[in-house]
Amino acid sequence: MEAFTTHTGRAVPLRRSNVDTDQIIPAHWLKKVTRDGFEDGLFEAWRKDPEFVLNRPERRGASVLVAGPDFGTGSSREHAVWALQNYGFKAVVSARFADIFRGNSLKNGLLTVVLPQETVDALWELTEADPTAEVTVDLVARQVRAEGITADFDLDENARWRLLEGLDDIGLTLRHEADIASFEAGRPSFKPSTARI
Amino acid sequence: MGRTLAEKVWDDHVVRRAEGEPDLLYIDLHLLHEVTSPQAFDGLRKAGRPVRRLDLTIATEDHNTPTLDIDKPIADPVSRTQLETLRRNCAEFGVRLHPLGDVEQGVVHVVGPQLGLTQPGTTVVCGDSHTSTHGAFGALAFGIGTSQVEHVLATQTLPLAPFRTMAVTVDGELPEGVTAKDLILAVIARIGTGGGQGYVIEYRGTAIEQLSMEARMTVCNMSIEAGARAGMIAPDETTFAYLKDRPHAPQGDDWDAAVAYWRTLRTDDDAVFDHEVVIDAAELSPFVTWGTNPGQGAPLSAAVPDPASYPDPSDRLSAEKALEYMGLTAGQPLRDIRVDTVFVGSCTNGRIEDLRAAAAVLEGRRIADGIRMLVVPGSVRVSLQAVGEGLDKVFTAAGAEWRHAGCSMCLGMNPDQLAPGERSASTSNRNFEGRQGKGGRTHLVSPQVAAATAVLGHLASPADLSDLPGQSAPSGPAGASDVRTPLGA
Ligand code: SF4
Repeated sequence: MEAFTTHTGRAVPLRRSNVDTDQIIPAHWLKKVTRDGFEDGLFEAWRKDPEFVLNRPERRGASVLVAGPDFGTGSSREHAVWALQNYGFKAVVSARFADIFRGNSLKNGLLTVVLPQETVDALWELTEADPTAEVTVDLVARQVRAEGITADFDLDENARWRLLEGLDDIGLTLRHEADIASFEAGRPSFKPSTARI
Repeated sequence: MGRTLAEKVWDDHVVRRAEGEPDLLYIDLHLLHEVTSPQAFDGLRKAGRPVRRLDLTIATEDHNTPTLDIDKPIADPVSRTQLETLRRNCAEFGVRLHPLGDVEQGVVHVVGPQLGLTQPGTTVVCGDSHTSTHGAFGALAFGIGTSQVEHVLATQTLPLAPFRTMAVTVDGELPEGVTAKDLILAVIARIGTGGGQGYVIEYRGTAIEQLSMEARMTVCNMSIEAGARAGMIAPDETTFAYLKDRPHAPQGDDWDAAVAYWRTLRTDDDAVFDHEVVIDAAELSPFVTWGTNPGQGAPLSAAVPDPASYPDPSDRLSAEKALEYMGLTAGQPLRDIRVDTVFVGSCTNGRIEDLRAAAAVLEGRRIADGIRMLVVPGSVRVSLQAVGEGLDKVFTAAGAEWRHAGCSMCLGMNPDQLAPGERSASTSNRNFEGRQGKGGRTHLVSPQVAAATAVLGHLASPADLSDLPGQSAPSGPAGASDVRTPLGA
């Protein structure tokens, strides 16, 4: 997993609440066998509309999604996180996230930032008025900054540490490599092996 | 205080234990198939990580494989892609694979035990909920998600939260004609589809001890349908005899050392379970499902229950919905339910003993007109053995189709499916809406009931055949009220 310390980028204001994972990535994309290539499926239904915010040329290359409350509800599919990441998003800001989506996002290194709705409103107004406005998501200082906006956010210490260090579950376990190796050294010889005979 | 079987196996696999963190558990055997592994391999590739223990990893193809014309290209592009991806991944990472056409191919939960890879006291995982099957050997075996598959591939360990323990004790002797499938369906009806949540269930008692390994696998297989994390049965002489001389069983001195260790894997007399359920084997009878989850079952002699008889409103609602989907009416005798299709197979009942049981019923008989019966061995090895015993001939002479090994009609992922509205008697494990094909209606049954049903065209047990021809089956004495308490007190 890529470490996340601080990120500055342009934003996509998504004025919708209750965006469920089926809207983020429709079910038929789940047949894919890789973790990448989901960018074209992101918000697929909405993107058929040329006026949809993601389709606007001035939003190209934006990397911070500012969404309405209850983002990521519905099915637990991790593909929703992959789709956002494949598209280029590094952070999502919302007043409230669905639990499973939030867990999946932090596991995969997509920073989900919870801010009060007033701050989300302020970010929407700023980035709608000026599409070139940059938003900084600073995990070290636990702060979101943009022109005229400074907002602190909370994140539990363990999740923050893992993001800062770029540690996924596997990376964390591999920190105990010595324990694993010593356990392996003590395994009895009668344990099964799949090696061909 | 003493420890349970599950606790002993867990303790023997703790790599690391730290305050406030889940235990890090070592995994002895990792089974892979095409459906849940692609993103896991992709994750490894992205992170530049190898498979840590190729010698503890093995893959086979089952869910998407056709059971006819297996030498022809697979028609469905999604199925084909999943199989090709598994082949590519296994070749790239060096994982042993038994693809379609290989003599060791088959349903992953049939393949592991028959190779002798599933052994007492091991930890076994697979990206598939029916991994609980392997608990029949006294292994701690459970299904995992795709991220966990990647975790095990990379580290051969899993961080796991503790479980609670439940004992399901079945004492006494199973009456004639009552099978492991009837037993487990009755257990699920008793404790409910959520009753096992958070638990590892240990099945014990004299009726369990008398079961063959095949029958024990049928029982443990369906633990997940009660919501349990895993099911286990303590290893004994039956287990050792099954394993002896299997390809991957320990040899020579290792065998002796292994058996000595396996003998210690019994729940201590003073161990305490978090929950206990006691069932009297003598009260069991052939059991079938009428609804759309495996807990909605009743003795074959009973009638479709009246939803109004359920005191719990959510149970009532789910029974109403189930009857509507299943096209059944309350009070209708279960024996009157006519089926279109009969399926014998799956990791629940696709082993040699199951095929023998179904064949014994069909021997010298014909399936009813208009019935389609599929017999699908759980693995190529099972298939070869059945052919060696002439079972395939019994099936085809009776009018059934003898197919190639695979998951087949257990789930609608390959060409073997029910058409909308079609009704089946199936030896598989899930009767969910659409599980066997969109709009399909499933009744879960034992292989014996499946075969008798095929002959009569309606749900029936072998006992109903004895008075053939001419007479109709005796109807059971039980009414809807009996459905709620199928096991007595
Ligand atoms: S036979 Fe059915 S339950 Fe078993 S692994 Fe295949 S699909 Fe799953």
